[in-house]
Amino acid sequence: MPEMASGQALDTFPRLLVEHARVRGGKPAMREKDLGIWQCWTWHDVAEEVHALASGLAEMGLRRGDNLAIVGDNRPRMYMMMTAVQCLGCVPVPLYQDAVANEMLFALLDAEVRFIFVEDQEQVDKLLEIRDQLPLLEHIFYDDARGMRHYTLPYIHDIRELVAMGRVHNRNHPDLLAHEIAAGAADDVSVMLYTSGTTGKPKGVRLTHAAFISAARGGAAFDHLSADDDILSYLPMAWVGDHLFSFAQAMVTGFTINCPESAETVMNDLREIGPTYYFAPPRVFENLLTQVMIRMEDASRIKQKMFHFFMAVARRSGAEILDRQPVSLLDRILYALGDVLVYGPLKNVLGMSRIRVAYTAGAAIGPDLFRFYRSIGINLKQLYGQTETCAYVCLQPDGQIRFDSVGKPAPGVEVKIADNGEILVRGPMLLKEYYKRPDATAEAINADGYFMTGDAGLFDADGHLKIIDRAKDVGKLANGAMYAPNYIENKLKFFPYIKEAVVFGDRREMVCAFINIDIGAVGNWAERRGIAYAGYTDLAAKPEVHGLIEECVEKANAELLREGPLADSQIHRFLILHKELDPDDDELTRTRKVRRNFVAEKYAPLIDALYGGRSSQYIETAVKFEDGRQGKVAADLAIRDPKTFPVERRAA
Amino acid sequence: MGREFGEVILDLQSVSLAFGGVKALTDISFNVREHEIRAIIGPNGAGKSSMLNVINGVYRPQQGEIILRGQHFTRMNPYKAARAGISRTFQNIALFKGMSVIDNLMTGRNLKIGSNLLQQAFWWGPARREELAHRAKVEEVIDFLEIQHIRKTPVGRLPYGLQKRVDLGRALAMEPSILLLDEPMAGMNVEEKQDMCRFILDVNDQFGTTIVLIEHDMGVVMDISDRVVVLDYGRKIGDGVPDEVRANPEVVSAYLGASH
Repeated sequence: MPEMASGQALDTFPRLLVEHARVRGGKPAMREKDLGIWQCWTWHDVAEEVHALASGLAEMGLRRGDNLAIVGDNRPRMYMMMTAVQCLGCVPVPLYQDAVANEMLFALLDAEVRFIFVEDQEQVDKLLEIRDQLPLLEHIFYDDARGMRHYTLPYIHDIRELVAMGRVHNRNHPDLLAHEIAAGAADDVSVMLYTSGTTGKPKGVRLTHAAFISAARGGAAFDHLSADDDILSYLPMAWVGDHLFSFAQAMVTGFTINCPESAETVMNDLREIGPTYYFAPPRVFENLLTQVMIRMEDASRIKQKMFHFFMAVARRSGAEILDRQPVSLLDRILYALGDVLVYGPLKNVLGMSRIRVAYTAGAAIGPDLFRFYRSIGINLKQLYGQTETCAYVCLQPDGQIRFDSVGKPAPGVEVKIADNGEILVRGPMLLKEYYKRPDATAEAINADGYFMTGDAGLFDADGHLKIIDRAKDVGKLANGAMYAPNYIENKLKFFPYIKEAVVFGDRREMVCAFINIDIGAVGNWAERRGIAYAGYTDLAAKPEVHGLIEECVEKANAELLREGPLADSQIHRFLILHKELDPDDDELTRTRKVRRNFVAEKYAPLIDALYGGRSSQYIETAVKFEDGRQGKVAADLAIRDPKTFPVERRAA
Repeated sequence: MGREFGEVILDLQSVSLAFGGVKALTDISFNVREHEIRAIIGPNGAGKSSMLNVINGVYRPQQGEIILRGQHFTRMNPYKAARAGISRTFQNIALFKGMSVIDNLMTGRNLKIGSNLLQQAFWWGPARREELAHRAKVEEVIDFLEIQHIRKTPVGRLPYGLQKRVDLGRALAMEPSILLLDEPMAGMNVEEKQDMCRFILDVNDQFGTTIVLIEHDMGVVMDISDRVVVLDYGRKIGDGVPDEVRANPEVVSAYLGASH
């Protein structure tokens, strides 16, 4: 193992790793469930393997400054590869593992990838599909050998061979790696993450060791994270949030990252690990809550009564108790009782018994959803950040949680609001540049060094930042009232029966909506009522389901009525789409954000029908199946007119 | 991708089976070579399932012989067949619905368990070591079939396609050298069929298991099998590689209908 020259600062990830192996070599650094048993790697094991990988890569000809792409699920060796690449002064480029071959092609060409490390046969097959278009690609390494027996192409290698080669290389050149690590500098690029491309072509965001280490240190100090914490790493490695929480913060504090057995077992693995630190986008919290609610509806009467009684107690006082605010003695006693009977077991089922800090970000979270988790005693907080800022701009301090804000500027970060309402940020965590896009870099960072986020927001009286919407999405209705589409969609999506919503209304007389039902929740609802259905399209066409959704929309309208400037945004007409919006059909981004303009164009006849006053509309849509085949889904969609409430206009 | 077939591992010679006056199989001979995927096709009532039942000894043919690895069996029975490394799945899934997936797969290891009831009751010494070893084997099957997420779910609560996969898993837990699959894809949707095809091919490829399968989906049969036997009213009317069978006029008229 390379010895560190004493006195060298811990300012790059490879140096941090060497330090962890020295200080806490015997402590678990990573775990992964394999063949039903949690396997463990200590910091010592990780350092040893990382250095073997790095030496192997050096021997294979990876040169300082090269980009190495990483594609796969969260697995220990995938994380180790990141540091191994960094050891040589190269840049790991994690890519989304569920992208189809052609989506990967852009990033692989843009980053001029010569070396790629993938998880399994599926990913290798994707690469072989586009091999002809990748003249620069020299070596493919795979982690999981299953099904790879017949791949005899000379440039495809088992990662174990690389590790073995690296060990030999290490013995023959004992000083090489120490030199390489010592040659790294804090302002070297440590990782390149591609933006999801909600707008235009993806851009490679180059972030430095210094940026990620400052963001990770800031966050860790803010939430008192230590080497004793545990996190479950299950979100895509190509996403900045995972890179901050599962990689950078683990490397800074030395806590343990746990990789699930497979994507389907995450819930189980969560329960077995019981992480103390947890991160999930709102949709995960939403899915969990939906599952809880479904199961409660199937529970016995007594359990249901107990659940509803204590949830009412929790709604009244749970969040206040968590924030250490004054609460009446009776409620304190009831809450303690509820903790034994309901909240405790519920948290246990969710795998959240040990959580000290949980974060959500990526999209706005419904206030009721947010309050639910806080009220049962889970310290769920919001943060705000982008890929370009290492997912680190604002954090909610303990005890100062607002449902509708994202907290205060994080330590070391300056935030200001531009005249047009756009949020501007400055600090050590900013990107170095967009890869090969000086034009885009110049556009995103202004003369004073502020990064322009593209989000519209404002500070409230206590200095908490509130995000309203994407700056370019906020519009006006025809009568001039403010129109914030994401805000309305999030309100709809909070209903467990509604999975996705797309609203329209910019410069129009009224707001209309497309709805995607949640097949799990609505399916269960239909089963309990003896309604037979043959899949999503069929279920979505049932008049009973339309009635159910209409009720939800009317409730949302009643809430909007009470929200001042948004009262005019009540939903006048809606329809339930005949297919689920899907990233494979380009309707959602890989992070499952709706691509509004694309959807509007694709379903233009439906929008015309909504605004043209028609009561139904026939539509035929091409869909891509998982195996890449094309098909068609056709349906006659009914349009409903939910109740809206008159807006009282006071004389000014 | 070159595939190597070995010697004839299973040879059926002039097998005839009748239930009273009903002749289920009449004078059928065919063989199965090691490592190949051999399909048996034919219209309903052609005697396909009876054929499988003869191979693993559920039915005793009135005439004919089964030669398994050079050993002659006139009286095969399911126990002998299982001992000889033949395992199977069933057309109507025959799993223990109330038991978890793990427990169902563990039943597939039954034959290989050596400890006695008393030792197992106290989970003592060798019994404990043995169970751990079997459990490890079962975990490999779970990993192979990608059913980690339902490990502890009672089988009765699973959708049909997954139950079929568990059924295959139990057969695999026996570490068979010959695997008999009775309509492994019946009642599945396209995606489930694709998954099942992949698993069958992977089993054949990774473990070198010889596979004899009955299947109705012609696309699937022609895609994955190496050789096909065609039965009609208990008689063999065709035998050969998929292209030969597809070109055989008798087969076309009996079963395939117009070629497509």
